[in-house]
Amino acid sequence: MTDTVASPASTAAAPEPNPPRNRVLAQAALLLLRGRTLVVLVVLVIFFSAISSEYLTQSNLILMTKHVAINAILAIGVTFVILTGGIDLSVGSIAGLAGMVSGGLLFKGLHVPGGTVFFSVAVVILIGILVGALVGAVNGLVITRFKVAPFIATLGMLYVARGIAQLHSNGGTYPDLAGTPGRHNEGFHVIGVDSFLGIPVAVWIMIGVIVAAVVVTTKTPFGRRIFAVGGNERAAILAGIRVNRVKIAVYIISGACAALAGLLLTSELGAAYPDTATTYELNAIAAAVLGGTALSGGRGTIIGTVMGAFVIGFLSDGLVLVGVSTFWQSVVKGAVIVFAVITEQAQQRLQSGLSKRTA
Amino acid sequence: MKLVAQAISKSYGGVQALSEVDFTAYEGKVNVLVGENGAGKSTLMKILSGSEKPTSGAILLDDEEIELSGPRDAMARGIGIIHQELSLFPNLSIAENMFAGRELRRGRRFVDKGTQRRRAREVLTRLSQNLDPDTLVGDLPIGQQQLVEIGRALLEDVRVLIMDEPTSALSNNEVDVLFEVMADLRDHDVTVIYISHKLDEFRRIGDWVTVLRDGKLVAHESMAKTDTAWIVRQMVGRDPDSLYAHNSSTAGQTLLDVRHLTVPGPVRPLVDDVSLTVHAGEVVGVYGLMGAGRTELIECLMGMRSSTSGEVRIRDKAEPHATVQARMAAGLALVPEDRQRDGLVQTMSVRDNILLATIGRFTRAGLLRGATEQRTAAAKAGELSIKSPGLSALVTSLSGGNQQKVVLARALLTEPVVLLLDEPTRGIDVGAKSQIGALMAELAAQGFGVLFISSELAEVIAMADRVLVMARGRITAEYAAADVTEEALVAASASDRVLGMTDRTERQSAAPHDGRPGEGQEGMPMETENS
Repeated sequence: MTDTVASPASTAAAPEPNPPRNRVLAQAALLLLRGRTLVVLVVLVIFFSAISSEYLTQSNLILMTKHVAINAILAIGVTFVILTGGIDLSVGSIAGLAGMVSGGLLFKGLHVPGGTVFFSVAVVILIGILVGALVGAVNGLVITRFKVAPFIATLGMLYVARGIAQLHSNGGTYPDLAGTPGRHNEGFHVIGVDSFLGIPVAVWIMIGVIVAAVVVTTKTPFGRRIFAVGGNERAAILAGIRVNRVKIAVYIISGACAALAGLLLTSELGAAYPDTATTYELNAIAAAVLGGTALSGGRGTIIGTVMGAFVIGFLSDGLVLVGVSTFWQSVVKGAVIVFAVITEQAQQRLQSGLSKRTA
Repeated sequence: MKLVAQAISKSYGGVQALSEVDFTAYEGKVNVLVGENGAGKSTLMKILSGSEKPTSGAILLDDEEIELSGPRDAMARGIGIIHQELSLFPNLSIAENMFAGRELRRGRRFVDKGTQRRRAREVLTRLSQNLDPDTLVGDLPIGQQQLVEIGRALLEDVRVLIMDEPTSALSNNEVDVLFEVMADLRDHDVTVIYISHKLDEFRRIGDWVTVLRDGKLVAHESMAKTDTAWIVRQMVGRDPDSLYAHNSSTAGQTLLDVRHLTVPGPVRPLVDDVSLTVHAGEVVGVYGLMGAGRTELIECLMGMRSSTSGEVRIRDKAEPHATVQARMAAGLALVPEDRQRDGLVQTMSVRDNILLATIGRFTRAGLLRGATEQRTAAAKAGELSIKSPGLSALVTSLSGGNQQKVVLARALLTEPVVLLLDEPTRGIDVGAKSQIGALMAELAAQGFGVLFISSELAEVIAMADRVLVMARGRITAEYAAADVTEEALVAASASDRVLGMTDRTERQSAAPHDGRPGEGQEGMPMETENS
């Protein structure tokens, strides 16, 4: 009978254990904790701009945001998976594979019986994203049909997808993605290099992905089901939710986002390397966790993840700008992530403490 | 050793689990403790075995007051307990399990596996089990696992042995073995405390019987001076009608018709050739002991478990797909037994939990309409008088009874014709219980069919128009509300006989056989197929 809570009437009659002042303080602390990713971001910006006058310039902010875009798109995809209680370790490899497939199509075309076909840039991008979605679908099927733990299934895919990316060019690089007029496949640089209204196209794409992801997670039945599956899978099954379909769908979304990020990165680099985006999955997961997404599933927001990606990006670039060695950058980044989870725990405790008193 | 509890009280927060309970366990006797679920039996045993401390009262061992600091302390004084839930390690062998936490040593560091194996084998022989002590416990059937647990207690030099429903998972043969061991222990002047629901069983072995009800001692008597009917009367005690609303509507058309449903299990079928019907406006109760297959039956009806044979017809249409979605669309809705595990999404608000099963209906152009959601959830919450700090509050901030209503609200929103309720009143307080009972009667009056599972005699008798009894996966008896008695239910729930739905003679023989002559046998099974 531990879950029996006294009726509201009797709680009201009982003396309030804490004076109201403590309560207000607790509420304030909770508010601060909830917005902690934003707080950390503001602190970072103030800190680095105090050290370096170059940090808070328009050009640097735009550059940093462009760096953030790729990780943010990866992290948004991974957030869908984490919300269902899963994990996707294969996103970095998927990004690399999508980059290689697209790079190959632009550089050497597709060999078919009787010649070589070249596709327009739009079609190449579409194929790249479809490759990512397909790999995600395989992840989802392995996890749901063969009951493989998501960690293992996507760890396997991390190697498999990377291997296929290397096989694609036999380990080599596709050095020139500019295309030629005769093949009608010019313009791949637009997504990764060009700007529109003074803001990089990659950033516009990130904004589009953010909007779409926010709408899907908060405004659609599918989004609600994602949270339900992550919050309590058994209850979701009983509520008639097709849990396996939801899971497969989130891995497809994650794969497609990863592929899109891979294309942006490849476009920016102007060449397709099979080792592109190696270990990016860890940055993506870190951004999601930093943004308050619970690895146990059911809790988290897209905006939080984006904030997390900004913190990681602005922190790395700031450290570079003030001349901290890459070794120290790793140490700082790791410490920030663990600290974020510690504050997350504090928030949960405070929150449940407060809601118990109001119930 | 004589173990005495004097005026033991125990409260958890505001809930009084035990109040001023006196209990005496005599040396060299089998002392039976009975009572309904929630009567406080397990709490009392936890106190006597040192894992809980009483709020007030004293424990006397051989007339000397003792204070138990923990289970180890109790064990050191010779008090051992076999828990209802198995506390074994399936990944370890029988011998390793028996000596877990108190391994025999060779030298200071090393486990003496040889001696452990030898002593484990001795205990197994005493339990008539020809098992290799190196067998993994996870590979044993559940009954033998229970015997390993018992063997573990026997390894110690116990003077007082508490057994909390040890036979719920045992086959008849294994029960006989256990009773032989208990008789042997009794002959060696061990004090045995035995908790059981199975009246026919404990009457065979018990010397004294103590009855608890609602945390209070109601009777303590020598077994020879009692009979089954007397014990059940003491257990149930209160006037059930004061607590539960009885459905008064008349039964209409057949809504749910289950024919020869069988769900396979590891040893025997979990649900064995079950046929039943539920009509509009009818409240049907399913009574049975733990492990009787009631939950499995309902889960199979809801499409969460697959059956090997049988047919489920809803509103005269067969539903062959047997997925949760198909059964839900056909008109079934389930309120599960364990609402924390199967019912609620703890990370979601009250509103989102209420709407979870029907969320696809609140969209325009694929997007959710917040206002409609809010209105629907608020209407349902008002209808069921769900008390919450607000619909956007986390569902975990509600009391148990209100959480249960949230799950019920979700089920009702799917517009079912038959509601399946698995232990709908478990773990909620008395006030909420009677509210849930009233709701069930009201739903029946609105034309729903209601099928509910209950382990509480008073509840099932008071609320059901018709009671089915399950034992070992089969339906062993069926009674109309007017004919049902506690004795009849208890007897049928321990019965191995089957209520044949087609064979008249078998059906008659399924009448309870353990009650007092003339009483309890009036509950003639009803006709069910001609409606």
